[in-house]
Amino acid sequence: MSVQDLEKIFQDKIDADIRIEPKDWMPDAYRKTLVRQMSQHAHSEIVGMLPEANWITRAPTLRRKATLIAKVQDEAGHGLYLYAATETLGTGREELLDQLHTGKAKYSSIFNYPTLTWADMGAIGWLVDGAAIMNQVPLCRASYGPYARAMVRICKEESFHQRQGFEILLTLSKGSEAQRRMCQDAIDRWWWPSVMMFGPNDDASPHTAQSMQWKIKRFSNDELRQRFVDICAGQVKILGMTLPDPDLVWNEHRQHYDFGAINWDEFWSVIKGNGPCNKDRLEARVKAHEEGAWVREAALAHAEKMSRKRAS
Amino acid sequence: MAENQWPLWEIFIRSKQGLDHKHVGSLHAADAQMAIENARDVYTRRMEGVSIWVVESKYVHASNPDDAASFYDPASDKVYRHPTFYDLPDELKHM
Repeated sequence: MSVQDLEKIFQDKIDADIRIEPKDWMPDAYRKTLVRQMSQHAHSEIVGMLPEANWITRAPTLRRKATLIAKVQDEAGHGLYLYAATETLGTGREELLDQLHTGKAKYSSIFNYPTLTWADMGAIGWLVDGAAIMNQVPLCRASYGPYARAMVRICKEESFHQRQGFEILLTLSKGSEAQRRMCQDAIDRWWWPSVMMFGPNDDASPHTAQSMQWKIKRFSNDELRQRFVDICAGQVKILGMTLPDPDLVWNEHRQHYDFGAINWDEFWSVIKGNGPCNKDRLEARVKAHEEGAWVREAALAHAEKMSRKRAS
Repeated sequence: MAENQWPLWEIFIRSKQGLDHKHVGSLHAADAQMAIENARDVYTRRMEGVSIWVVESKYVHASNPDDAASFYDPASDKVYRHPTFYDLPDELKHM
């Protein structure tokens, strides 16, 4: 069969909402795009543990500490679901980690911002996880089977993350003057980076059309961003706080909120490695991997020893 | 696979007694015991399972999707294997 025929069968399947499974024929570009998108997501889950781990030992109560640990544990799990799903495309775990550690692969820029106060745990849960959920729910219907299945699991678990975040902010919003200030300050710092999480505007996002045709993206960056702004603009009122955007206003004609211009220079600068924490995050990952080497080796040696013991 | 890497395992979980084990994903582990423990941490954090099977991925043999058309062909023209194939009067009950 010619490549054109195979490509036609492939696209027909996708158009008919038939999932592509690991051993099915797929165009190289589809495989490559998926590996990039899925591994980037996996890396984001893993690096995303760092800003929050920063607050586990300083959580204000045992309840907060237990939930934060559970959330960070989930993120490790999400990273693993996604790494495993990516490996079905023929790229090994070592190679994926190597790409992260050498800076060849990206992760979500949001994790290059520091977590300065406890309120940041709330803002991350509400805004960062909120934006992530907005991005991820449509991916539960992604055309690649293992990816879609991993996303179903992730989305199920992610909803607790957002709710616990909002609860943290809600508690602070009802607290002392200092706590309310802390709450507003965290929202002020996390709002715009969260809005940027949806990626460049549609006219600056050249791969969107292809990814939509392949159904590994179901909505455009700007569509999802608008949805996110609309929802948050309502939710922030429950906190009695404000979003740091003087141009945020309901547009009766569009039935959406209008919002201010995004600072894309900042966005690209953080992606290029100049965010406040890029260097720290990568160093922490590399250090953990290198210092964990003896554990991986010891486990292998132990497995070998046990198998020799069973044989004799 | 490089010498010093943990092998890949396929994970199957029984969500409750009476149901069959279902494939949920995969993970790396040094041996079967570790694969079971890791599977507990990765795939059953919210009581999703009461039993775990792990199978090293290299031992899974699969049919070839390219042959699917001819491979499953023998079943496609045998509608008489289904109960609805048979024409019976409406007054016939309990069948």
